[in-house]
Amino acid sequence: MQFGIFTVGDVTTDPTTGTTPSENERIKATLAIALKAEEVGLDVFATGEHHNPPFVPSSPTTTLGYIAARTEKLILSTSTTLITTNDPVKIAEDYATLQHLADGRVDLMMGRGNTGPVYPWFGKDIRQGIPLAIENYALLHKLWREDVVDWEGKFRTPLQSFTATPRPLDGVPPFVWHGSIRSPEIAEQAAYYGDGFFHNNIFWPMEHTRKMVDLYRRRYAHYGHGTAEQAVVGLGGQVFMARNSQDAVREFRPYFDNAPVYGHGPSLEDFTQQTPLTVGSPQEVIERTLSFREDVGDYQRQLFLMDHAGLPLKTVLEQLDILGEEVVPVLRKEFARLRPAGVPDAPVHPAVAAARAAAAPKEV
Amino acid sequence: MFETTPLKIVAVAAGLSSPSSTRLLADRLAGAARERLAAGQDRRVEVEVVELRDLAVDIANHLVTGFPSAGLRKALDAVTGADGLIAVTPVFTASYSGLFKSFFDLVDNTALTGKPVVIAATGGTPRHSLVLEHAMRPLFAYLRAVVLPTSVYAASEDWGSQGDEYTEGLPSRIRRAGGELASAVTGRTVSGATRVPTLDDGEDAVVPFAQQLAGLRTG
Repeated sequence: MQFGIFTVGDVTTDPTTGTTPSENERIKATLAIALKAEEVGLDVFATGEHHNPPFVPSSPTTTLGYIAARTEKLILSTSTTLITTNDPVKIAEDYATLQHLADGRVDLMMGRGNTGPVYPWFGKDIRQGIPLAIENYALLHKLWREDVVDWEGKFRTPLQSFTATPRPLDGVPPFVWHGSIRSPEIAEQAAYYGDGFFHNNIFWPMEHTRKMVDLYRRRYAHYGHGTAEQAVVGLGGQVFMARNSQDAVREFRPYFDNAPVYGHGPSLEDFTQQTPLTVGSPQEVIERTLSFREDVGDYQRQLFLMDHAGLPLKTVLEQLDILGEEVVPVLRKEFARLRPAGVPDAPVHPAVAAARAAAAPKEV
Repeated sequence: MFETTPLKIVAVAAGLSSPSSTRLLADRLAGAARERLAAGQDRRVEVEVVELRDLAVDIANHLVTGFPSAGLRKALDAVTGADGLIAVTPVFTASYSGLFKSFFDLVDNTALTGKPVVIAATGGTPRHSLVLEHAMRPLFAYLRAVVLPTSVYAASEDWGSQGDEYTEGLPSRIRRAGGELASAVTGRTVSGATRVPTLDDGEDAVVPFAQQLAGLRTG
């Protein structure tokens, strides 16, 4: 099982100090957070993609390319790559390049994006969100698997005798996750291709997440990629920790109360009860996270949101220390112990798999 | 033959005070519909009143978070699952109240298609009675509900008067609206509701992928 972090990349004022980081500070903080993720033994760093303030990550492969050069083990991913408004040809080129730079340590999560004006800014129509996601991904899938592509669709200039370069590393396309909170069409798309399905369940009740994942698993089996239990599932999570619960709640409350998305709404207590947000001791985070498998089955990737709502870099790095040192080692052991033999790991590039096998302790 | 599923009448009342004349009007309308239904057929009739005041914070939270609390989910399910709906708002600043509108903003925009609805409002003065026609009726027309001809407006003075030679009093307007709702509910053999499959329908919620792809083919 893979553990990691995903970032939205928001520039938000720290409500406790009134300090707002500059874009430069936020971008540099993102790099420091990614390097810390590798240092504390996490497997994955994923960045969001946004094209409007207050977000900075508009150019994910630039950022991920930098991180690739400064890390050795970390898998670089996205949360999400906008399959609707990006040209699939450019996605094919950018991420294949990144794959070469990172020696295969790359995968992607496709998402549609829910900021209305971004669509027209990129010449698209938000009402066509699902058809765009379907057609653009169909083209991307082909570009990474066929050397010479002839193609015609509804949304893009046709291609005749087009070759996307560089070709994927060792001829193996990056693994793709499809992220969606509430569209069954996207669960169906992931199942059809035998790709991964990621449910960012941080804002919604677990009951809903369970239904979406269940639909994906059944359709995955329907399309003959394996049993429902073998489908490749990822979940979001959101935690804030301190030695004891009361301190965690006290420290996190001002950030929660003023957070973009859910701030100025329900109380911290209601929200932690209704959604997977966990604010408490490392042990409470371990118990809550382990409970996810009871709702969605044994899964392959758990990403945590750690650096949003104006939390200062220092705090985020401390949180990552706790996550990497106290939480993830226990989760790794417990998830491995509970997982039935037939449930696979998330696919990684063969070069990455070989390196991991070589680094793993030998059985005696 | 006696049918076991009861007919369900749900009244939504957006009054804020307690006791509330808006709630009172909702109860009276539900009572009138129940009386007519009980007389006209032999299915059991269930009446449920949803008071939005109790859900005010949940409604605001749903607007912010995108998902309902358990209590609000129950109220939304009651409204969308009703055989007949009664919607009553106080008149605030020349229209339905913000709480009333916020609640109906959270109802899926196809969930009320074909549903018989009685609209009603309360106010301090009779001068606002056309709120029913210029605000309430268009709202439910947008939601493709079947809004019944008689809408009921109760100004403070209506609770203590009997009408005059030109206008019926409040009790007879309530009886007429309740009767219209009862007829619409029992006469509703085929509804035009286009229910969109949800995750609760399991695999029926998806259009097979090949069909989605084919829909995009050009030429």
